[in-house]
Amino acid sequence: MARFVLRRLLFALVTAWAVVSVTFFLLRLAPGGPFDGERPLPPAVEANLRAAYHLDESLPRQYLRYVTSVLRGDLGPSFRQRDFSVNELLGRGLPVSLAVGGVALAFALGVGIAAGAWAGWHRDRPSDRAVALLATAGLAFPPIIVAPVLVLVFAVTLRWLPAGGNDTAVHYLLPAVALGLPFAAAFARLTRGGVIEALARPHVRTARAKGLPGQRIFLRHVAPVAALPVLSFLGPAAAALLAGSMVVEEVFSLPGLGRYFVQGALNRDYTLVMGTVIVYAGLVLTFNFLVDVSYSRLDPRIRHA
Amino acid sequence: MRRTFFGTKLSSGCVVVLLVVVGGALAGSWLAPWPADEIDWDAIDQAPNAVHWFGTDGIGRDLFARTLDGARTSLAIAALATLVSTLIGIPWGAAAGYLGGAADQAMMRVVDGMYALPFVLLVILLVVAFGRNILLLFVALGAVSWLDIARIVRGQTLAARHEAYVDAARALGAGRSRVILRHIIPNVIGPAVVYATLTIPGVIIAESFISFLGLGVQEPRTSWGMLIAEGARNMHSSPWQLLFPAALLALTLFALNILGDRLRDAWTGTEPQAPRRFYG
Repeated sequence: MARFVLRRLLFALVTAWAVVSVTFFLLRLAPGGPFDGERPLPPAVEANLRAAYHLDESLPRQYLRYVTSVLRGDLGPSFRQRDFSVNELLGRGLPVSLAVGGVALAFALGVGIAAGAWAGWHRDRPSDRAVALLATAGLAFPPIIVAPVLVLVFAVTLRWLPAGGNDTAVHYLLPAVALGLPFAAAFARLTRGGVIEALARPHVRTARAKGLPGQRIFLRHVAPVAALPVLSFLGPAAAALLAGSMVVEEVFSLPGLGRYFVQGALNRDYTLVMGTVIVYAGLVLTFNFLVDVSYSRLDPRIRHA
Repeated sequence: MRRTFFGTKLSSGCVVVLLVVVGGALAGSWLAPWPADEIDWDAIDQAPNAVHWFGTDGIGRDLFARTLDGARTSLAIAALATLVSTLIGIPWGAAAGYLGGAADQAMMRVVDGMYALPFVLLVILLVVAFGRNILLLFVALGAVSWLDIARIVRGQTLAARHEAYVDAARALGAGRSRVILRHIIPNVIGPAVVYATLTIPGVIIAESFISFLGLGVQEPRTSWGMLIAEGARNMHSSPWQLLFPAALLALTLFALNILGDRLRDAWTGTEPQAPRRFYG
């Protein structure tokens, strides 16, 4: 077990390093720099700026400098937003993204698991077919469709909910639904499949033959088996949701992480882009790692694969 | 029972929907009574009517023509990106599966590592780094969506490498690359193509996402993502500008997803898995 955890940890660290390196060099390949503006700066000023941010050094040196500072937890100063460090900027964006993502995840898990379990338990009845069809529809509709349509219906036409911003908890409702809908559909399908598979197992038949009540069969014998596929999707889903979505942030004017990423990429704000990528990748890798480890506790076969 | 209700009718309905959308996209300029870029000064921001079936946009362009135009761009990018992903994924998977050992380990670790990435960030970085070129957009999209195909092909190759025809080719003195290119790939290409079609909706979503953020397709060209972005900005006064492109995109994605499920069911007979796809 310890070896398995260590191996997964090593893999996550190597991946993180690869992400940082690829992003670093890819950004530097891009034409243009952080100090391009409408009017070109006087050469002396630009040279001083470049020196101040160490952009005059050779690329390998800059890379080393950046990596060591990241290891110390310092993501550097923002190149475009003077007087702000990347840590400060991301410190503002991350909580917003995490809040929207957290509500979306709760929505996706609650709705998805309940609907999927119901459908699997009532396999091939009309309610199952309705859930299956709705799940396929939900899976097909990404936030880019759902988010603006939700605003149009619930904010502009019905005026029940606010169209944007993040002042109160109510403001998080529409973004979370728009973001969580495809994931709710995915969880519903996985749960349904898991329940159906579990119901076909001999131990469930035995439990039935013993005359156990349905509720007990479900909780004790079906749920643990059905949980495995759901759990394996929880890692990628949680990471994707908590990292937020640029489209949802754009539509609902939420000051989350995605905005910094797009702005930074367009402005060649090297450190800001690197910082967002590191936060995103960190979230994804952490969740995948946690899921791998907990999965291997539930299913010992994984450890020896 | 389930097949007759959900299988046949729904699937054939989806095929019809896709044929109509693809046909409309191809025949766009010929089908629409207005050119996509012509400005009708007497009909700016007009709701759907007999002259402009989907209404007009903020500068008086016919939305029906623009939506079909956008469909052509979005579908073309999706098709080409999928082609790129098979061109990378099939050789990668076949080589990993056939070579085995350390090479296989290393190559599949790369795939695992890329799965762990928020890959749309990578696409955005690529697009930003190399300019907003439509050619580059689909190469970049293809370059990040070959992972599933590589996995499938590797699995198929592992099964195929001990077949008699592979032994025969090796006995005749064929080298590794010749065995992979001439014997393995032709035999694993069927399932690879099936799985490639499953990646199309994901690529369509990613393209609209990038164009929505203003990083992809540029004016005067348009795509579904751009039309939806424009519609979202004007939804207070002209909701049809949002609703028509969004509905067409939703319909297309829905039909593609249903068909993808059917295809996968028919091919592998398993329950659909959660997709490793980007939702933006």
